[in-house]
This record gives sequence, C-alpha cells and structure tokens, in this order.
Amino acid sequence: MSLVAGVVLGAISIQWVAFLVLAVVAIAAALVVVLHRSPVVGAMGLVTNFLCIAGIYVLLNAYFFAALQVIIYAGAVVVLITFVIMLLNLQPEAKGGPGVVPVALAALLGLALIAVVGRPLLEYAAPEAGPPAPDFGTVAQVGEALFTVYFYPFLAVSLALLSAMVGAVLLAKRRLED
Amino acid sequence: MDLFDVVATIVKVALVVGILISTVPVLTWVERRGSAFIQLRLGPNRVGPLGLLQPLADGIKFLFKEDVIPPHVYKLFYVAAPAVSFIAAVLAFAVIPFGSAFVVDGRTVPLVILDVDVGVLFLLAASGMGVFGIILAGWSSNNKYSMLGGLRSSAQMISYELSLGLAIVSVLIYAGTLRPVEIVQQQIGGTWNVFPLFIGFLILLVSAFAETNRLPFDLPEAETELVAGYHTEYSSMKFSMFFMAEYINMITGSALVTTLFLGGYALPFQRLVFEGWLGLEGNLLAVLELLSFTAKVGFFLWLFVWVRWTLPRFRFDQLMRLGWKVLIPLALVHVVWASLLVMWGVPA
Repeated sequence: MSLVAGVVLGAISIQWVAFLVLAVVAIAAALVVVLHRSPVVGAMGLVTNFLCIAGIYVLLNAYFFAALQVIIYAGAVVVLITFVIMLLNLQPEAKGGPGVVPVALAALLGLALIAVVGRPLLEYAAPEAGPPAPDFGTVAQVGEALFTVYFYPFLAVSLALLSAMVGAVLLAKRRLED
Repeated sequence: MDLFDVVATIVKVALVVGILISTVPVLTWVERRGSAFIQLRLGPNRVGPLGLLQPLADGIKFLFKEDVIPPHVYKLFYVAAPAVSFIAAVLAFAVIPFGSAFVVDGRTVPLVILDVDVGVLFLLAASGMGVFGIILAGWSSNNKYSMLGGLRSSAQMISYELSLGLAIVSVLIYAGTLRPVEIVQQQIGGTWNVFPLFIGFLILLVSAFAETNRLPFDLPEAETELVAGYHTEYSSMKFSMFFMAEYINMITGSALVTTLFLGGYALPFQRLVFEGWLGLEGNLLAVLELLSFTAKVGFFLWLFVWVRWTLPRFRFDQLMRLGWKVLIPLALVHVVWASLLVMWGVPA
C-alpha cells in the first residue's frame, strides 16, 4: 500500500516500480529455468526472463537493444531451443537428481563466482548520471559506435561467430557423408 | 505529453484494435464466399442478404459452445497459448502508419499509434512472439497431431523469418531509416519501393504467406494429415482466438507489405495530382489516404484468399528447400542490389 501511495504522491517514480517488477520477475523466471524439471517449462522461463531484461533495457532508454533482445534471444534462440526439445521429445527429469556431494560442490563454486564478480561491484561507485543525450540508444548512434569506437571488437566477434557457423556446417556434412 | 495526447492515443488504440477485430468476421465472409466463387459454388447465403450475417451467427455459436479443457493437457500453457497468439498479432500493428495526420482543434494527430525509432524492429519482435502461441498449443495439448503441428510451425517460422528479415533489410538499406512513417514519406516524395526493389517485394510476400501459416504453406494445421494441427484440442472461444490471430496476422502482413513497398497510405501520384492539381490538404487529404491504405491492404487480403483456394499445399521438404535454397540466397543477392542502388545514389 505504501508503494502505491509513494507513486501517487510522486515520491517514488513509476520507472522505479517498473524496474522492481521486471527485476523480481526476471529473477523468478531464471530460477524456473534452473530448477524446473520439465524442459519446455524451463524454455518458457527463459523467454520470460529475456522479455524482462528487454523491459529493463527500455527503462534505460536503450530501445534498439530492447528490440534486438526480443527478436534474437526471446524470438529466434528460444524458438530454436524449443524446436530441439520437441524434436527430441525430452521428458521431464525423473525424481532424484544428483547426490549431495555434486550439489554441495556446485553451491561452493557458485558462491566463489559470486564473491569474485561481486567484490568489484560492491567497491564500484557509480558516477552521478545526468539525463541521457537525446539521441542516446537510437539505431544511428549505436551503429556509429559499432563502426568507429568498437570496430575491432565488433570484427573479432563477427569472425568468432563465422567460425562457429562454418564448424557447425562441417560437422553436419561429415555425418551426412558417413 | 498532456491530456490531449493521452486521449488521442487512447482513441487511436481503441479504434485500431476495434477495427482489427471487426475486420475478422468480414474476412471470414470474404473467405467463404470467395472460395465458393472460385469453386463455382454458392457459399453461405441464407443468413442475411448475401449471407452477410453468417459471421455474426458463427460468433454467437462460438460463444455458446462448451469450452472443453481435455484432462490430458498441461493446463497453464494450454490456456495461455491462444492469448499469446492473439496479443502478439494485435501488438504488431501498433507501428503501422495508416494516414499522415488529422488536424483536430488546431492540433495535429499523427495517424500511427507508436512512432518510434526502431519501428520495423518492433513489428518483427511482436510478430516473432506469436509463434510461441502455436508452439505452446502444440506441446501442451499432449497429442501427437498437435505436437507435429507445433513442431512444423517452429521450423517453418525460423526458416522464413530469415528471408522475411532480409527482404525488410534491403528496404531499410534503401530508405536509410527504421521508422515506418519516414519510409512512407520518402515513397510519397519519390517512387514506391516496389519499382526499384521488385524482387524484395516478391520475397516478402511469399515469406508473409509462410509466416501467417496460410496455404500453400499451412503445414502446421494441414487437415488431411494432422486433423487440425496445433489447435486440434481447442474448442469454443479458445479456438476462435487462434482463428482471429491468423486473420489479424494476415492484416498486419498485408499492411507491412503495403507500407514497405507500395507507399503505405500514399495516393498514386500524390504530390503531382492530389496535392498539386487538386490542391488537397489537411483532413480531406488524410481521409483519402486512409481510403488508399484500406484499398491496398484489402487487395493483399483478397490475394491471401485467392491463393489459398488456387494453389495446393507444399510438401514439407519442398517448403524447406524453397525457404533455405531459393529465398534466402535470393534475398542476400537482393540486399547487395539495394546497397548498390544506395551507392549509385538512386534514393533521392
């Protein structure tokens, strides 16, 4: 109730509430992906997560990235994943799962990762951010940055993707010839 | 954004959604009478003059049918699937401009709901979400025919989204913008994109048939092999929502082809005849533009019906071969052609 009152009184911005909702749903959906036994439910959790992330991009004025996130990740990638799940007719995991030792080991490694990634984040002091420039996040501006400032990283990523694609074609062809 | 803008937007959204939904019954009538005309039959002609009230009777029937949820389905996804299809179909239309602007009380109201920098991408994203409705319906029905329908649909959507995307990319390169409003404005100023980019127009049209699951590409619901494909287990209004989603997708597809290639709401020779010789401007011109847009979209909608009752269904391997080995390479070459046109300075 206090949250609603805050929004009405103008003390809490609508963006902040939207972020809260998106963040909570994103984390819940991510947990569904990891924890649910049915692979199709997991894939739908992944879509929900991607859509929430796209919503957070919109809150950050990055409309272009939000659109790409939905088209490429929520659209193409998850449709492909669902296609494979349905083609292989994957069944929900049987009860039981891994024993105590692997789970404990995984938890330990996960905590270590959080510690390593989290420490710099805690120490990082965000600079005072003013309002974004009017052309921030537009297609033209992202494109210009991609082809000037980030030209070489962009080239490297493209080459890596190309080699992965060629590799996939080669592997598929070899199986056909056998 | 003041109260005027808010009210104008709400009115636009209500009108567009209302028109989209109420075009569906008209289209079913056109589909049934059109198929009868093509097959030398009469078609439904008992309810009202020319059978015009038949869709109304169908709608009432849908509402009063028993809404069966079979015991073997995965309930959450089974119930959500028709809604996902329907919402995605309606959402995609938001970025289509259907006229230039009305002047109301001295203020201009642009005739498009969402005029954003990433407009065309928004449409692709929204329509891309629609496939989840079909996939989920196929999987959650827990029925082999539904499952095969959903599986075919996802394979088909992935394949034809590529050629669809590439055809759109060639227009974007040629126009130099992602904003549908600007693409239409450029076509009013110059020539319609269908002339320099004719191959792209054909590729987009063929891909639109595949993306909307219409014959000759309706393999996800091929009734002779799969009963009714992904919506075999659906009844009553849930089935009706899939049905409406398919027709709304047809409308959006037609509107997309019109906007990108046929000048959108532009009147033929608009600058020369309508704005020059006749000296039209303001609201009268906007009304004519609305009519022009409706006529162009209407033509493509009739084309959808015409093709469905003229061509037989493709076999699945033929469908895949056409998509991957013909349309995608052709679309890639066409992207190069569009880039060459830009290099030669053809777009004014």
